[in-house]
Amino acid sequence: MIKLTVNGKPRQFDGDPDTPLLWVLRDELDLKGTKFGCGMGLCGCCTVHVNGEARRSCVTKVADASGKSITTIEGISADGSHPLQTAWDALDVSQCGYCQAGQIMTAAALLKKTPHPTDADIDSAMNGNLCRCGTYLRIRAAIHQAAQLAAKTSVAARVKNEEER
Amino acid sequence: MKMNRRFFLRASATAAGGMMLGIYPKGELNAQGFGGQEPLSPKDFITIATDGTATIVAKNQELGQGALNLLPMLIAEELGVDWKAVHIVRSGVGPQYGGQITGGSSATPGNWEPMRRLGAAARQMLITAASQNWSVPAEECTTASGVVHHQASNRTLGYGALAAKAASLPAPAFASIKLKDPKDYKIIGKTTLGAENKQIATGKPLFAIDVTVPGMLYAVFEKTPVLGGKVVSANLDAIKAIKGVKHAFVIEGIPATNPYPNYLFEGPGFEAGVAIVADSWWTAQSARRKLEVKWDLGKWASQDSAANVKKADELGSAPSAHTQRKEGDAEAAFRRDDVKVLEARYEFPFIAHATMEPQNCTAHYHDGKLEIWTSSQFPAPGRTSVARLLGMPEADVTLHLVRAGGGFGRRAYNDSMCEAAWISKTVGAPVKLLWSREDDMRHDFYRSGGFQFFKGAVDRTGKLVAWKNNFVGYGEGEAFVHDGGVNAGEFPAGFVENLLVQTSTIPLGLKTGALRAPGSNSIAWVMQSFLDELAHAAAKDPVQFRLDLLKNAAPAAPTAGRGPRPMGLNAARMSAVIQLAVERSGWGKRKLPAGTGFGIGIHFSSGGYFAEIAEVAVTANKKVKVNKVWVAGDIGCQIINPSNAENQVQGSIIDGLGEMIQEITLKEGRVTQSNYHQHPMLRMSQAPPVEVYFLKSNNPPTGLGEPALPPIIPATANAIFAATGERIRTLPMTKQGFSFA
Repeated sequence: MIKLTVNGKPRQFDGDPDTPLLWVLRDELDLKGTKFGCGMGLCGCCTVHVNGEARRSCVTKVADASGKSITTIEGISADGSHPLQTAWDALDVSQCGYCQAGQIMTAAALLKKTPHPTDADIDSAMNGNLCRCGTYLRIRAAIHQAAQLAAKTSVAARVKNEEER
Repeated sequence: MKMNRRFFLRASATAAGGMMLGIYPKGELNAQGFGGQEPLSPKDFITIATDGTATIVAKNQELGQGALNLLPMLIAEELGVDWKAVHIVRSGVGPQYGGQITGGSSATPGNWEPMRRLGAAARQMLITAASQNWSVPAEECTTASGVVHHQASNRTLGYGALAAKAASLPAPAFASIKLKDPKDYKIIGKTTLGAENKQIATGKPLFAIDVTVPGMLYAVFEKTPVLGGKVVSANLDAIKAIKGVKHAFVIEGIPATNPYPNYLFEGPGFEAGVAIVADSWWTAQSARRKLEVKWDLGKWASQDSAANVKKADELGSAPSAHTQRKEGDAEAAFRRDDVKVLEARYEFPFIAHATMEPQNCTAHYHDGKLEIWTSSQFPAPGRTSVARLLGMPEADVTLHLVRAGGGFGRRAYNDSMCEAAWISKTVGAPVKLLWSREDDMRHDFYRSGGFQFFKGAVDRTGKLVAWKNNFVGYGEGEAFVHDGGVNAGEFPAGFVENLLVQTSTIPLGLKTGALRAPGSNSIAWVMQSFLDELAHAAAKDPVQFRLDLLKNAAPAAPTAGRGPRPMGLNAARMSAVIQLAVERSGWGKRKLPAGTGFGIGIHFSSGGYFAEIAEVAVTANKKVKVNKVWVAGDIGCQIINPSNAENQVQGSIIDGLGEMIQEITLKEGRVTQSNYHQHPMLRMSQAPPVEVYFLKSNNPPTGLGEPALPPIIPATANAIFAATGERIRTLPMTKQGFSFA
């Protein structure tokens, strides 16, 4: 029995421990936001966070996620208000939309480490995520916008905290 | 798209007291050969709830091209509601919805008129309802934001309050339906954000792969690795013994009746293989590793790409048996002593669609009926194929349309739909069939490869006087594989006095099909590249050479041979977009450093005119950095959704650049490439900035899913020549040592 935490909730899986995390998320836990693209870690559609790090769930055995904390696209915000999710909508990034959950998850991991990324930082972090529709220019712009949004939000929160103090 | 302009308009009340209304172009479907024998019936495109919310049906598939917003925008504009009051729903599949084929960038030109008329007719009925309530002339009433207003008496009524009465009124006569003056547009021409943006960004189950049906099983299908192969035997008992596997069985397959069918309408074919059905997809997929199949691979088992290239070169250097188009006497012109003659051989490969969402379909056969959840681009022909395959009436097959994770033409072919239906019927349970990436890449309907053997002549003034093109494609005799032919009307045809287009064919055991901008995505590159060679041979600026050629319109019909007629390229529209691209890019004005070059490509397809200029820098080890791309397009009088329009064009550029590094090859009858490491696409760091300019012309709007793609390939290849002096004549360009930095 493999125990893991998914989007903050304890979950368990008693099937084949070699099963890729992707298929446990999609077909056992019914979290369909994480997508299957290649099955070889080549495209980034299946990106999730494992203990905060961006990982390709199609090549991560569920056994290797045992005891760890997994965050999927469904879990990065309670109500779709993560700055990346807001920016993705506002800049009308998606075409088909299939790769975008993976793009957002990779970007979210980037922003955690590098809150104010340069173009080069973004390209370097995002280069493993393919977009067949070619929305890269807007993805890059949305990451910049999300970084600004996040900065504004944290400034606002700080100001509010100071006022309350 | 041809359209019969007789419309049927009817209205009926909904149970909720709202209004449903439909207007239909009769005969549109028949004209397209897409079925739909009956005059379209009164189904709902518009429902107005009592709170004024307008539920508008989107009848075309969303693959990322923006149709989910686009068609409802047209209706909402003429209906006179605010966009925020619009709720978009997907249609089912049926003749009542008119044409539902998603392909050929046809949604805009095919729906621009009927969708707006649908909205306008509904608005007129709401006005009539209000005017009757108030006993005032309808002409005195106006509408705005979902409200009818009578100024003289200063009375207003919301659409929600009027809907029930409006629905009881006779439909307005077709001739009386008035459309808005475009200057009054409030929705058309203004950006609307993708209707499902938020669901995409939060990971909601939108796609076909996300469909879940109670009791559903999961299937994989190990298909013959060589076209037409048969299963001799398989270790089915061993597979069935695996924990979680419910069924394993051989599907015999049904050979195509025609050696080179049009897979869109003659059915997608049904290859032989072994289906494994299990309680989870991973169980089924893992079981394949233990699957042992003895195949009879059939007649294509020794097919080989290298041998095909050799054969093409033999055919290309020999006189061709088939003439597709002939004007003047090109051979005589080549013998003139005042001309410079150039010859070149071009080669382009098969490529795969490689949609990010692999092919999949969910089917549920029960009680003699079939339900299917599909992201097909050609749903109605898919239903026909399935019904024929299972020997059941089409009326017993219900299709549910689901968002597609990319299409690019791949989902015009309903093979996965047929397979899912067959497997569900066989096992008597709902089944989700999902292909692995390897299945998807090895069982595509590939963009066909081909070879062009060119000869051209320019005179002492630099004028193009003769053009000969021997196209070696795949097929038999004069018949090409599906979507693998050559357009003999392609520019410069019609603009050069001596023209000869000949063809030869090589047999092929591989399914081919339409890839985004079919035909255009390869021919634009070869034609625009060889034109560039001739411009340099004539010592003329490549832009000027094209502009001069466009002044040389010789609208003569082909004098010999068969094949497509000239495509009606309008020289003035093409020249205008060239000039716009030149102006924006600084072509000829800006001096570029050594190792950097400008290139231009122009192309007319799907009704759209595009001129594209690329600036590239190439290192000594042939690493190509596309610094920037300028796009000038003319798709008529109206850009309907500006944000989506820009996104489509930028995506087309990035997609087109990706095609310069892709190929599918055959070895021992099998496709060699299996996944993205062998069939790459462009990455973010390689994506250039793309400036997009639209030239509005006084023409009806045309589509934008495709026509911006073809010119970027020659623009980039021509820029590489300008930067390095080396001409790319073979794609992928990696064969000449070039790669993207």
